[in-house]
Formats: sequence, C-alpha cells, structure tokens
Amino acid sequence: MSNIILEIDNVQKSFGGLKALSDLNLKIEEGKVHAIIGPNGAGKSTMLNVCIGQLAPDSGTVTFNGENMIGKAPHEINQAGISRVFQTPEIFPDLSLLQNVMIPAFARQEGAFKMNIFRSLSNENNIQDEACQILEDIGLIEQIHSIAGSLSRGDKRRLELAMCLVQHPKLLLLDEPTAGMARHDTNKTIDLLMKIKEGGMTKIIIEHDMHVVFSVADHISVLAQGTIIASGTPDEIRGNPKVQEAYLGGAHL
Amino acid sequence: MKAPTIKNDILVMLIFSAVILSMPIWLEPLGASYPDLLQKFAIFGIFAVGYNILFGLTGYLSFGHAAFLGVGSYTAVWSFKLLTMNIFPAIIFSVLLSGLFALLIGFITLRRSGIYFSILTLAFAQMFYNLAYSVLTPITNGETGLQLARTDPRVIDRLFSEAGEGLPSTDFFGLAMSGYSGFYVCAIILIVAFFISQRIFHSPFGIKLRAIKSNQTRMKYTGYSTRPYLLTAFVISGMYAGLAGGLMAATDPLAGAERMQWTASGEVVLMTILGGVGTLIGPMLGVGIIKYFENIFSALNEQGLHQAYSFMPDWLSNILVPMTSPFVGEGWHLTLGALFVFIVVFLPGGIMEGIDMIKKLFSKKSSEPDFEPIEKKTTPESGK
Repeated sequence: MSNIILEIDNVQKSFGGLKALSDLNLKIEEGKVHAIIGPNGAGKSTMLNVCIGQLAPDSGTVTFNGENMIGKAPHEINQAGISRVFQTPEIFPDLSLLQNVMIPAFARQEGAFKMNIFRSLSNENNIQDEACQILEDIGLIEQIHSIAGSLSRGDKRRLELAMCLVQHPKLLLLDEPTAGMARHDTNKTIDLLMKIKEGGMTKIIIEHDMHVVFSVADHISVLAQGTIIASGTPDEIRGNPKVQEAYLGGAHL
Repeated sequence: MKAPTIKNDILVMLIFSAVILSMPIWLEPLGASYPDLLQKFAIFGIFAVGYNILFGLTGYLSFGHAAFLGVGSYTAVWSFKLLTMNIFPAIIFSVLLSGLFALLIGFITLRRSGIYFSILTLAFAQMFYNLAYSVLTPITNGETGLQLARTDPRVIDRLFSEAGEGLPSTDFFGLAMSGYSGFYVCAIILIVAFFISQRIFHSPFGIKLRAIKSNQTRMKYTGYSTRPYLLTAFVISGMYAGLAGGLMAATDPLAGAERMQWTASGEVVLMTILGGVGTLIGPMLGVGIIKYFENIFSALNEQGLHQAYSFMPDWLSNILVPMTSPFVGEGWHLTLGALFVFIVVFLPGGIMEGIDMIKKLFSKKSSEPDFEPIEKKTTPESGK
C-alpha cells in the first residue's frame, strides 16, 4: 500500500438549497491515476474546485501531503504541488506559446512573488529550454512563437496541459481533458497521459469518455449526488451493478 | 512574438537616445524647437512611459496618476524652499514620497479591478486635489500655489553662500534648469527612465505582469500571488509620475493643485492610448502628438493658415482657410478629438499598430518571408 497523497474527508458544500457535495470521502494514492466518473451535476468539478481553493467547503478537510489545504489561497495550494487543467482552457491568450509555458516554470522556480525587474528574459535559457522540451513532447513546438489565443480549442487544452506539466506537480487535476476533441486528438491525449504516467505523477482525472477512463485509470471512483458510491479498479467498477444502475443506466461496458 | 534579444534592446536604446537628444535639431522645421516645449516633451514622456508600466503591462487603468504628479511637484518645491535649489535632492524626495503615496493608495485600490479600480483611483486623486485647496493649505498654499520666496531658509545653500538679491533659480550642480541645458537634463533623465522601463518590459517580472493582464485567474492557479506584482507595478509607475512632477517644479518652481485635477490624469491615459498601450515607444509618440497639438496648433490663427497655404492658388486657399480654421487655434481640441476617435476606431493598438501595419505591408512587398523558421531539435512525433 503506497502513501495517501490527497485525502478528502467529510467534505460538504451547498449552493443555496442544492447540496453539491455531501459527506465526500476520497483517498488518492501516490503515483496512481485516479479517475472520477459520474453523471452530470454529480459534483465532480465542485470537488476539484474545493481541492484547489477556488471554493471553500462548508465543512470537512482536504489534506495534501499531510497538510491541511482548507483556507489556503489558490497560489499557495499550487505552490504546495497541485496543478489543474480546467474544463474550459485557462491559458494566457495574448502571449506566445513559449511564454505561456515559461510563466508556470518561473512559478516553480521563483515562488509566488519575485521582483527581478533587471533580469533579461532572453537570458533565462534553462527555463526556455525546459519549456521547449515540454512543447515538443506535447506536439506544439512548431507554433512556439504564435499567440496562444489563435490556437484551436484542442490545442489550447494541450497547451494548458503543458503549462501544468512544466511545473512538475505532485498532483495533477484534469477536468475532462478530452471533452470536445475529435477521436484522433483524444487518442493523442491518451498517449500523452500514458507517457507522463511513467513519470510517477499522481493524477485525478474527471472524464465522461469511458474509452479514455478505462485506458488510463488505475483506480476509478464513481461520484453521484455529491458522494462516492463506488470505488475500485477498472474491472471492479465495470462489474459493479450499483454503478451500472446509477450511472451507466444498466448498459454493459 | 520572438523574444527580444539584448542586442536588439541596445540598438533600440541607442536610437531612442539619439532621437531624444537631437530633438532641438529635427523639431526646428516643425516650429517646436524651443526649450519650454522640449522640456515638456521630456517630462510628460517620463510620466507616460511610467504610466504605461501599469496600464500597458497589467491593464489596470488608473485615473488618478495626476495625484502622484502633484505630490512630486509639492515635494520638489519644498526641497527648493528648505534645502537647496539643486534639483538633485528635490527629485530624489519627489520619487520617494510619491512612491510612498502610491504604496498606500495602491494597497487600498488594488483590492478591486476593472472599472472599480479606475473609480477608486479617480476618487483618491480628486480627494488630493480638494485637500490641496482646503485642509492642506499650510503645505500647498491653496489657490495661489506653492512658490519660492527670498526669505526661504534653503539650509544647504546657506552653508555655501549668503542669500542673493531676488529669487534664486534651480540648477543641477551648476547647470541651469531653464533653457536648453534644462532640456538636456530632463532628456537624460528620460533616457534613463526609458531604459528602466525597457528592462521591466523584457524581464520575467514584466512578462508576468502581461500574464496578469491576459488571464489573472490562471496566474493565481499557476502559483502566483498577483497582488504584490500589481502593487509593485503601481508603485513604480507612481514613482515615475512623482519624478515627472518633480521635474515640472524643477523647470518652473511653482506647484499648483490644478496639476492634480482629473483632466491631468485623463491626459496621460489619452497619450498612452494614442501612441499604443503596452508598447515601449507608443506613449512617447502620444506625448509628442498631444503636446505638439497643445502648443503649436493652438497658436495657429487665420493669418498663420494663409501663410501655410501660400503655395496654393488664392481661390483654393480662400476656400481652405475657413474650412480648416475651426480646427486650429482655440479649436485644437477638435482636431485632437477627431484624431483620437479615428485612432480608437481604426487602430485600437494606437499609432504603433499603424506603424506595424505599414511595416508588414513593406515586408510583404519585398517578398521575403517575414518569419524565421525555428530550428527543430528532432522531428515532432507524427500522430500514429
């Protein structure tokens, strides 16, 4: 049994009368790819929002690497080692791809604030090389100097993934990384996810595409109405009648 | 969007310095080569270049930068009154004190962004303006404005010489601050200010400010505490404004509250937008155009127009003079307004965008590829 890197304990979150998360408990093992599936409105994105400090839960704790994350600012949580790919790509649309990737690299190297106004950007060769390497891995090296806002939606998602990877986070949160992608692009993303899996980075992935889920996940949890109804290996989840009933509508996978 | 190289930066600096220092020569044919106006170009240049560090890089539109201009002016005049007529300590104090005020105001106003930030800064500037007329009269001398007097202590000057007859004039270690020597002092300070702004633009710090403008949410989830970045930019631009204010007092030792009015804050916004927000040179161009209009166009009258059209046949100039006269003299605001509308509608990136477009047009005509292919280390993997 490996270490538990992230533990969500009894988290509750309501929006007005709507209970988005109720008694959510989840343990994420280090080095594993953990997929969260569940019907629309099950609270998957809310769960990630709580993890990165975008939302404060009504009660409960989120412990990352033995440290309580509740009440911390988003940038502190990121500096602790959690990066997130959003459902709609959050990139820097006015900057070049290279700059988009260099900025997160600086965040890892320099921390939350550094006033280096007299350093020249063109002297930052290490950061630049690292950014180029990631962009090459992700297949965007040829557009390195174009403006990120001009990319297609699929490429923006890949760029955002590159921005997260360059930080070498301990935990990577992916919110539907293949939503809206063509099958060809989806396969490319799966390959990429498999490749970075070897690096030992822990990942939580929210996904509707079962093809993606069963290709990459070591462990799957099913979220419905704000709580985990089943958790196990892909095979266990496939065979679980409760899951088939609640989520898959009885269809056999 | 290739990263600017150091060599390129040095080249830009050299050209910029040459252009600024030779202004008395090449502005001669345009009728703008007299010291008063040249000093204004340099001083407002510093103001706009500094303002652009905040507005151009972070996108935070401050409508209250005139307050720092005023703080700088009052500080400088007090330094002339109490210490010495040398402008060196005066501008140092101007920069420090306006930086301190910027820290305080920025700390409060940067809690909000967008229009709320603009309104907060405007409110602060108006507050300063009204305070200068009322409660702070002992410091600001109210409506009369803060002036030099023969009886001022001037402690440091007194160590070296007795008070002379009449009012002393400002100097920079013996160099008079009036006339052309005054312009050259201002010009060299402008060049240094521009150099610092160029360093900021091309530093990791500068690119992070641009990233905040582009997507502040992403910045936060990328591990940056954005508030200190914004505050630093705000303080730096406030210090630039204080420096400009100090120099205004240095070239003309008088500080009045009207310098802090909202129109003064609006002017620097106009200059920056007209020239090109977020470009290095743009604000400088904006300053040149607005100050030129203010001082040259406003002085033109019908006789002047007749002279300007003297090369045309009489009947044509007789038609043109009445047509164009509303745009000169008192009507220079009309020309400026029309120009501003034209720029915002057709060239939202300011004059610099226009220059870029012309450049592109030419590079296409010369049929050379205007991009440099980047070296690939290895071939990118093809989709399987």
